[in-house]
Amino acid sequence: MAYVAVKGGERAIGNAHAWLDEARRGDPALPALSVRQIEEQMSLAVDRVMAEGACYDRPLAALAIKQARGDLIEAAFLLRAYRTTLPRFGASTPLDTGAMRVRRRVSATYKDLPGGQVLGPTFDYTHRLLDFALAADEDMPRPPMPEAQADSAVAPRVTGLLAQEGLMAAEPASDAEPGDLTREPLEIPADRPLRLQALARGDEGFLLGLGYSTQRGYGNAHPFVGELRMGEVAVEIAPPELGFAVEIGDIVVTECQMVNQFAGSRNEPPQFTRGYGLVFGQGERKAMAVALVDRALRARELGEEVGAPAQDEEFVLYHCDNVEATGFVEHLKLPHYVDFQSELEKLRAIRAAAATDARREAAE
Amino acid sequence: MSEDTASEVLDTAARRRWMGILARASASEIAARLRDAPPLPAHTRLRGPETGLVMVRGRQGGDGAPFNLGEMTVTRCAVGVGGAVVGHAYVAGRDAAKAELAAVLDAALQDGSLRPALLGAVVEPLAAAQADRAARTARKAAATRVDFSTLAVMR
Repeated sequence: MAYVAVKGGERAIGNAHAWLDEARRGDPALPALSVRQIEEQMSLAVDRVMAEGACYDRPLAALAIKQARGDLIEAAFLLRAYRTTLPRFGASTPLDTGAMRVRRRVSATYKDLPGGQVLGPTFDYTHRLLDFALAADEDMPRPPMPEAQADSAVAPRVTGLLAQEGLMAAEPASDAEPGDLTREPLEIPADRPLRLQALARGDEGFLLGLGYSTQRGYGNAHPFVGELRMGEVAVEIAPPELGFAVEIGDIVVTECQMVNQFAGSRNEPPQFTRGYGLVFGQGERKAMAVALVDRALRARELGEEVGAPAQDEEFVLYHCDNVEATGFVEHLKLPHYVDFQSELEKLRAIRAAAATDARREAAE
Repeated sequence: MSEDTASEVLDTAARRRWMGILARASASEIAARLRDAPPLPAHTRLRGPETGLVMVRGRQGGDGAPFNLGEMTVTRCAVGVGGAVVGHAYVAGRDAAKAELAAVLDAALQDGSLRPALLGAVVEPLAAAQADRAARTARKAAATRVDFSTLAVMR
């Protein structure tokens, strides 16, 4: 009987996939979207899929979005599946985000900081009114992009300015080999490098909600955006056969340094501490959320009271991955016929026993 | 430092530079520049071109201990030219033809007799184009730098 059910299912599945493909294409009278168009015009969706898919490749992420009909979690899943087919050549030398060619760089803590406040291509200060001019199919002629004299100096990090005064806890210098949760299952307690890896690929919505909760009182956060920067950084690797490091290209990343109060301890004076967020692509909301949650997860290390969800390492790290979460939530819709049959029988037996008891009591 | 070591250091710096420039150029950009260059030497494939992943690392807090940020696709190729010269390429993305072209150019550029012509016809024009693009982005960013003295008179 099971055999018959599988055969029937096969035809239904085939037909369902044919319909999926038709639905993905939409009205055939309209031109099909090209992967290049998605890459160029849905660029923030591409960035999000690269971040949550944990694989930087713009054309692949755009293809995944097209195939997934715009379902970005499904697209991240496709990208994760693809990466498992590729060999790992090695690891990069750590990115130097201080040398970033910034497209955007703002600080909420210093108005006049060296390098200035650079707004970049931001939605901030837009009025959030729908622009019906974009509903026209034709491209509108656009005025030439304004340009200004750029100074070549690299923008120094705000955290560096505070560290110079001794007001910012220093990050211990280290070149320790970090753990990799794509190679070893994530175990709790996880050190900060592992946490930052999990957060970088975590779901933006989940992390945004958690970050927000720390602001609303679930965790003792008093954060300032010390600095938010987005732009290109060079990726460098040192293959053993070459004996020196080479640049393989540039990637766009977003980095957030969240500055938080720290009361001090027996060993350390009161000072500021950092929450840190680094994500692939232009993903400011995500980088900020990661920085808030990173700081919340440092509560134990800094001797602070631990109680809020965002401070609970196991809760955050085991639930922030949307591909994993999708797998476990969505498996519920797969056949559970046998499991459910046993539940049904158990429930019927309990009810039958209860009814017998009630009759006996009534008779007595 | 002996003279040999000094020239080796110089060569490594020069090689790092042209490999980085070739990695950032597209296959069609490289091919277009090769039209004005002397013909490339015959080569044999020693490895690849093959596509794989590099784990990109960041540092916690921007300057602390390294962590794994996520992977990126990269294509590598090694070619042999003549007797002993090996050209290498590691380039972001999945373009096998570009990786092979970059590896052949890396081998050819190590040949002192070909280097000046190839630098002039291929590497320097690509470097100039990349510098132009970066400068244009920097000028657009500079145009969005807030001038607080202007803000003060806003209503």
